[in-house]
Amino acid sequence: MIIMVDLSGRIALGEGSALLRKTIRDLLEGGNTRIILNLGDINYIDSSGIGELVSGFTAVRSRQGELKLLNLTKKVKDLLQITKLFTVFEVYTDEREAVLSFK
Amino acid sequence: MFERCVTDMYAIFQGIRGCKRSGMTAETKHLEVVLDTHVESVNLAEEMCIRVAEASGFGEDECYRIGMAVREGVINAFHYGNQEKPEKKIHLSIDLSTEQMVIHVMDEGKGFKLVDVPDPLAEENLLSTSGRGIFLMKAFMDEFDVVAGRTGGAEIIMAKKLPLPGSPATNGNNPASRTDAAPHQEA
Repeated sequence: MIIMVDLSGRIALGEGSALLRKTIRDLLEGGNTRIILNLGDINYIDSSGIGELVSGFTAVRSRQGELKLLNLTKKVKDLLQITKLFTVFEVYTDEREAVLSFK
Repeated sequence: MFERCVTDMYAIFQGIRGCKRSGMTAETKHLEVVLDTHVESVNLAEEMCIRVAEASGFGEDECYRIGMAVREGVINAFHYGNQEKPEKKIHLSIDLSTEQMVIHVMDEGKGFKLVDVPDPLAEENLLSTSGRGIFLMKAFMDEFDVVAGRTGGAEIIMAKKLPLPGSPATNGNNPASRTDAAPHQEA
């Protein structure tokens, strides 16, 4: 099963970071290792949020799963580009394409 | 309550004109606040500096960058400098001249040197879950440095040049960029 998580608001210290961490942890504990994070409504992310995305990515990968990103806003895309993470994550702009990308 | 607090501090800033400090011109405005080592201080500092930046004429994108840099500076002080110890304080100050906005963030920790900060873009650090704050501050501000603070901790100093009149980076709030402030506008 592929899980799509629709996120909105901010992923930042004291705001969305802890919720994102818990969401991914709960998914992994439930045996879900094929995850798409839809960031289309995320309008802000700080270094804490970036760290949480990376943490989720490595946690899923350590269970032989895949975590992919969908619909980056300009600010989030710019941040991932300058931190060189844009090439680390699999990023999609089309939901169907993202879903079909799972092996 | 949070909103009120920010507004009050901005009012203080607006009220200080010609505050003269060592090395400053008479036109330099100075704002200094002491923040608790609390996660809410991160938002407070960010919001406060964004409001000052907006009032200084910075456009939306530059305000975002300044806010992000301040946020990262205060996160650094909160987490790495003061190690989240509530008895320690975070000292934030803003100096605004006609040319630039200079922001100081000082903690009460043990201090650090920039050369000791790992490069987050290095291949071996790309998947690190932390260590990108200094990089973002450098990327988003025109000038950046870390020195030993008078508290014994680290003092981050970062500056952003004020937008030139008429440039896309301005929002028109800077008095120097308003057309009604321009001398001898001929019809």
